[in-house]
Amino acid sequence: MDFSIVVSDFASLTLDGIVVGAIYALVALGYTLVYGVLRLINFAHSEIFMMGTMTAVFVTSILGFTGYEDPLPLWRFFLVFALIVIAASVVSGGAAVILEIVAYRRLRNMGASRLSSLISAIGASFFLTETFRLLTDSRNLDFPRMISKEPLFQFSSAYVTQDKLLVLAGAAILFYGLNRVINHTRLGLGIRAVSQDERTSVLMGVNVNRVISFTFLIGGVLAGAGSAFYMVFYEVTKSNVGFLIGISAFTAAVLGGIGNIRGALIGSFALGLFQQYTAAVLGYNWRDVVTFVVLVLVLLVKPTGLFGEALQKARV
Amino acid sequence: MPDLSRFNLRDRFGDWWDKASPIQRGFTRVFVISLFYALPLINNPVIDTPETSFQSVLFYPLAMFSLMAVGLNVVVGKSGILDLGYVAFFAIGAYTYAMFALKTSLNFWEILPLAMGFAMLAGVILGLPALRLRGDYLAIITLGFGEIVRIVAINTEAIGGAAGLTSIPGPPAFLGHEFTVMDPRPYYWLTLTLLSLVIWGVLRLSHRKPGRAWEAIREDEDVAEFMGVSTLKYKLWAFIIGGAVGGAAGAVYASQIRSIQPEMFTLNLSIMILACVVFGGMGNIWGVILGAVLLGYLPEKLRFLSETRIIFFGLLMVVMMNIRPNGLLPRKKREVVGEKK
Repeated sequence: MDFSIVVSDFASLTLDGIVVGAIYALVALGYTLVYGVLRLINFAHSEIFMMGTMTAVFVTSILGFTGYEDPLPLWRFFLVFALIVIAASVVSGGAAVILEIVAYRRLRNMGASRLSSLISAIGASFFLTETFRLLTDSRNLDFPRMISKEPLFQFSSAYVTQDKLLVLAGAAILFYGLNRVINHTRLGLGIRAVSQDERTSVLMGVNVNRVISFTFLIGGVLAGAGSAFYMVFYEVTKSNVGFLIGISAFTAAVLGGIGNIRGALIGSFALGLFQQYTAAVLGYNWRDVVTFVVLVLVLLVKPTGLFGEALQKARV
Repeated sequence: MPDLSRFNLRDRFGDWWDKASPIQRGFTRVFVISLFYALPLINNPVIDTPETSFQSVLFYPLAMFSLMAVGLNVVVGKSGILDLGYVAFFAIGAYTYAMFALKTSLNFWEILPLAMGFAMLAGVILGLPALRLRGDYLAIITLGFGEIVRIVAINTEAIGGAAGLTSIPGPPAFLGHEFTVMDPRPYYWLTLTLLSLVIWGVLRLSHRKPGRAWEAIREDEDVAEFMGVSTLKYKLWAFIIGGAVGGAAGAVYASQIRSIQPEMFTLNLSIMILACVVFGGMGNIWGVILGAVLLGYLPEKLRFLSETRIIFFGLLMVVMMNIRPNGLLPRKKREVVGEKK
């Protein structure tokens, strides 16, 4: 255990932690939004994210990028990247809506137990992972480097690069957009109403099925956009990429208090930073164990998370 | 599809069983048990599988899956605790057997209780904190536990690291049957004996206080608590019993396969066993065994299934939950009546 590395690389670890946290946040929001309206963990959300990364790779190969080009001029990069984000969002958003209809809706209307919904979602998650594993032959898919990763400037030990700034700026725009949708539109009002009390909101004329579909759509779109940023930052994907990202994002959502949007944001950044610091001390191998330990400790010590509602009181 | 979802073969047989005389029951028991013991003696190309002989398929996956599914059924089916990390107990049993067999002079019969004990201990360590939670959270925690055990095994050089442990000795000869690598039949008989003991034990428990407590917890935990059921205690017992069965299965498996690697104990196996339980009928031992036999045998028999079996099982879980949420052979109808329509 060498703690001095945390001190010497503090700025670098912090920057990476914030970038990773921003990506987690985009995925964690999907968990938290769906939990808000359905009181259900969308187990297949990580696969929605995985499909986004696959779409991103697919789009670049259609556009003819092989990974050996020089970095594109900035304006061309933005055009290409916007296209990737849109494609990934459309695929992920669409997949999330279909997932809701196939795996959840009928069970919800039957009034089946939550165990049934959860098992159905696990089934859907396995179906998607394995389909993509066979389609890609279990290979790693590389994302071409279209943006220069040469540091723009150095701040203490942190190298500030274009891709990190892109992730942070993109995530900030999406967070702002989500805030507008949730707090300033009729649809957002519907989501908040169903989150508070589904039965009463039905009586008030809210079309619950429509609100739920839109919630899955928003969660899927955010995960899709997050997957595009993930690909720019990590540049590689695989059919099982969703599992660890999903667990981290879920942990972040629980840490912030699941069902709470602001909590998911803060939880994501906190978890991203914590992962970077502990990975520097313990070694990268133990990063995922650390995530699980954080999850277990949060659920045991403060199951409501930092800002959440009382989970234990929610009937299961 | 109301008819399809209501038809219950288990009830038909259950009615017959209730009316049967003790002689009829005894005869049926002896017949069924001897039938299963005689299974590996059959040599028929129809039931042989393309890759391996029927005898080795009988041991793994059929008997092994059945044993684990019956163990997991106590946790998921009887008490309604969704455990997604069941493979952890299997791994702990396998590693305990391998380590003791390699480092000490204890033989299989002496290590088996130790393997079960370690798995039970792991059940207590995980269960005491985790079982205070419910439903989805418990599922995620157990999933995390399964992964932690695997990652720790990969990163710990003392237990072989990512390469695992090799040249693990097998059990000593028993009643003239040598446990060799080539012949899977003694292992099948061993597993079948364990399975019979576990079924007997679980049925005894189900008819007594713990069984009633588990059912009450599964149906409504709050009401069970109000009625004076010590929910944490009984959930913990279900968890420990399930863990012990998983540990025993792991020890037998390690003694047959002779070398183990952390990558054998992935989430896929947990999901596989869960699929057996769900497909067969949560809460009913016979349904669960039917599920394990079908889901174990079909991919071995049908080559096109073994490539795509996880896809197939994923789809199966979704379709099953939508059409027949209680599985092929659901538990008794009197328990189903109380569920929400």
